[in-house]
Amino acid sequence: MTQTDLEELAGRVIKMAAEQGATDAECTIAESNDFSVNVRMREVETLTEAGSRGAGLRVLVGRHTGSSYTSDLTNDGLRFMVHSAMELAKITTEDPHAGLPDREELGSLKGDLKLYSDSVPGLLAPDKINWAKQAEAAALDFDPRISNSEGGSFDSHTGLQVFANSRGFLSSYRYSSVSASAVPVAKEADEMERDYWVSSARDTAGLEKPEEIGRRAAERTIRRLGAKKVATQKVPIVFEPRVARSLLGDIFDAINGDAIYRHQSFLTGKLGEKIASEKVTVIDDGTIPGLFGTSPFDDEGVPSRRTVVIERGVLKNYLLNTYTARKLGMKTTGNAARGITGNPGISHGNFYLEAGDRTSAEIIRSIPQGFYVTELIGSGVNVVTGDYSRGAVGVWIENGELTYPVAEVTIAGSLQEMLLGIVEIGSDLEFRSSTASPTIMVGEMTVSGQ
Amino acid sequence: MGLSESIFAQKFGITEQDLQSYLAEALSSGGDYADLYFEYVSTTSIAIDESIIKSATQGVSLGVGVRVISGERTGYAYSDDLEPDKIRKAARVAGYIASGPSKVEKTGLHDGPKRNLYPVLTAPTEMSLAERVDLVLRADKAARAADHRVFQVQAQYIDNLRHVLVATSEGVVTNDRQPMARMGVAALARQNGGMPQRGYSGGGGRVSLDFFLNEKTPEHFAKEAVRQAIVQLDAIPAPAGEMTVVLGPGWPGILLHEAVGHGLEADFNRKKVSAFSDRIGEKVASELCTVIDDGTIDSRRGSLNVDDEGAPTQKNLLIEKGVLRSYMQDKLSSRLLHAESTGSGRRESYQHIPMPRMTNTFMLAGESDPEDIIRSVPKGIYCANFGGGQVDITSGNFVFSASETYLIEDGKITRPVRGASLIGNGPEALKYVSMVGNDLKLDEGIGICGKEGQSVPVGVGIPTVKIDRMTVGGTA
Repeated sequence: MTQTDLEELAGRVIKMAAEQGATDAECTIAESNDFSVNVRMREVETLTEAGSRGAGLRVLVGRHTGSSYTSDLTNDGLRFMVHSAMELAKITTEDPHAGLPDREELGSLKGDLKLYSDSVPGLLAPDKINWAKQAEAAALDFDPRISNSEGGSFDSHTGLQVFANSRGFLSSYRYSSVSASAVPVAKEADEMERDYWVSSARDTAGLEKPEEIGRRAAERTIRRLGAKKVATQKVPIVFEPRVARSLLGDIFDAINGDAIYRHQSFLTGKLGEKIASEKVTVIDDGTIPGLFGTSPFDDEGVPSRRTVVIERGVLKNYLLNTYTARKLGMKTTGNAARGITGNPGISHGNFYLEAGDRTSAEIIRSIPQGFYVTELIGSGVNVVTGDYSRGAVGVWIENGELTYPVAEVTIAGSLQEMLLGIVEIGSDLEFRSSTASPTIMVGEMTVSGQ
Repeated sequence: MGLSESIFAQKFGITEQDLQSYLAEALSSGGDYADLYFEYVSTTSIAIDESIIKSATQGVSLGVGVRVISGERTGYAYSDDLEPDKIRKAARVAGYIASGPSKVEKTGLHDGPKRNLYPVLTAPTEMSLAERVDLVLRADKAARAADHRVFQVQAQYIDNLRHVLVATSEGVVTNDRQPMARMGVAALARQNGGMPQRGYSGGGGRVSLDFFLNEKTPEHFAKEAVRQAIVQLDAIPAPAGEMTVVLGPGWPGILLHEAVGHGLEADFNRKKVSAFSDRIGEKVASELCTVIDDGTIDSRRGSLNVDDEGAPTQKNLLIEKGVLRSYMQDKLSSRLLHAESTGSGRRESYQHIPMPRMTNTFMLAGESDPEDIIRSVPKGIYCANFGGGQVDITSGNFVFSASETYLIEDGKITRPVRGASLIGNGPEALKYVSMVGNDLKLDEGIGICGKEGQSVPVGVGIPTVKIDRMTVGGTA
């Protein structure tokens, strides 16, 4: 089916719902084509290619909602989906805040947001396999200690997102993405380590070259050999950009409207207060062309926009959808998100920490004794209380220099103290995914080791 | 045969000839093996929040995955449409990685082995909505009534009924009907305007709705969630550094899942990228430790009659008295390692390639009285509950997040401490197990395991266990 066919189908679902007695309805249709190849030890290991399609519906009957989805887009399939959502609306409770955005809030950003490149569906399988092979080869050839690998990969996706509602919104957009990675394994004596590097973009022109991906993955892996467990102590922590990004994810978890209205965030009720160091400005911007957090409208048909979340340390705005905005007596920020169905949740656009003016090398040079963190594992972040405790891997800083690798330790503190304790922010901001952060230095956290 | 009893024959008219022709198409450019995985899943979820049933969702997902194996190569494609042309196209795409004449001999199709570990006549998905809505209403009410300090409650109930049909080029056809249900309750409590604390409890399995009416009721999960939130209200900062750690029975078995389980999956060992590679027969734990992965326990969340490659699940001995005995095998790894499949091939859905996964992983009970274990610790921590965990299988380093923890002082459990991660190294951590309790308990059925982007339901279990040395990631 063409884009127009699917738009027409979404419009038809809305009409069917109205005929069945829905007072309002929203329909999402998503289509995607996915290709993925993994090469290991220079040979193709797995190759997957497929397309899929699905439709989802949410109806409101008064203030009762019901949701359903199907991958069967025949008339029978759609009729069953509508029937199912209507049945479910009978068992939900009346919710005074449930409802669609107001008509004047609906809309779509104009102009080319550069989310889709025609070149992606035209990529040939042998070329994609080569890309993966070259990325892995560059890693394998980097150092004799890299004797094994979990492989090199190349993935490409194209998709179509269609959204219609009963208040006259009907629009759709295409998107594409490609990514390539290498995951080498290094061995020395009894120790084995792995690390990775991945590059993603809207098309291959935006990717780092495969040789670059392999080399960076290899350098990171070799750097982990000889890892030690350090003594338990309190020191300054430097998060490299790739892990600093997870801290942005933690901030998002604490400032999204769902967490706020349920009091499931340590930042509930803190609007206008100083919650971070003055160096911290966090922006959500869903309008920057070409980036992964960009879209013409959110999953309720509200245009994407730029929202200042933290400005010079002061909490300025939460990120909201229509429901949470009504709960909090505010306006939606165009951050509604959902899979194919259900009540909208919240996600961010391009959610990033503004760059500072020192390089990461300058930041490290200023530290007599500290821990440069290159990987975090585990889920030890509690945004209700702010308690933070995660497994960490990295490099020990001594007298302003990166020295030996460190592993099997944790770093712990609280998000409250970490945000207020950000003493330096690097100049190295790059947008490689929908969260982005430069290097971050936190004045002091507990490293737990021996 | 298996096919005729399956929904794919009855509802979609798939015949034996169809299966054979799709398999032939998959192997038309060569290959050593091919299989088809048909899946039809209907799902219902109901959620309550602020005492309002805010969402109820139902849906159906349907599709078929085609896999071709040629040497170490796997080709995979899927279709969410069961039209013959679409399946044939997927079969050709999956065969792209193979070349040369197929080495597979033509064979007829026959039924795989039969058994039923979850004889649920009416799956929860097939019950009335009202009965299921009642579960979350009861949970909400019970949690709010349990303690006046509770101010927010969320409860969710989810069930699904999954029909699968696997047909292989070895000539085996297997079908299975896999019911699943679970509910979870989260409660927030606060005292004197202080910091709120959250508690969570949930459970379920391959059960009928009776499970929630008679065995583990909404009230049970609600009270447990509230208890955990209330305990945390008085928690002090967790300690930092190496110390003695006692794990309580049940869900703390997640330690086994992270510390040894993933590292014993055969794909990592075939590729020699696991910290446990080439270590069969070596001592990797204290002799008090015997660890099993068992996909055959009745009605459990991690159990399956057959795995997602059509092989019967088994009770697999992973570690026997501290010695590493076996890896968990799927079809591909067992072919390449000249071993037998251990029934461990699992996948999230028809859109995913199967790989070796755990089912229900637990440690056998020992002989110590749990109270003696606590009494033997002059200074340490007792972990009663965990959030999630993660492992780097190559270095073997793993973490897991303690959500309900207490100090042990002079052989007594004293004050609750705040959440903290525990970190250790897989092949080393269990060598420090010095006491194992006689109180083996399986978790209540809430586990979800993620690997390479695929989530599958699993179970864990452990008796009370004393680990003499482990790093605790607190701040105090």
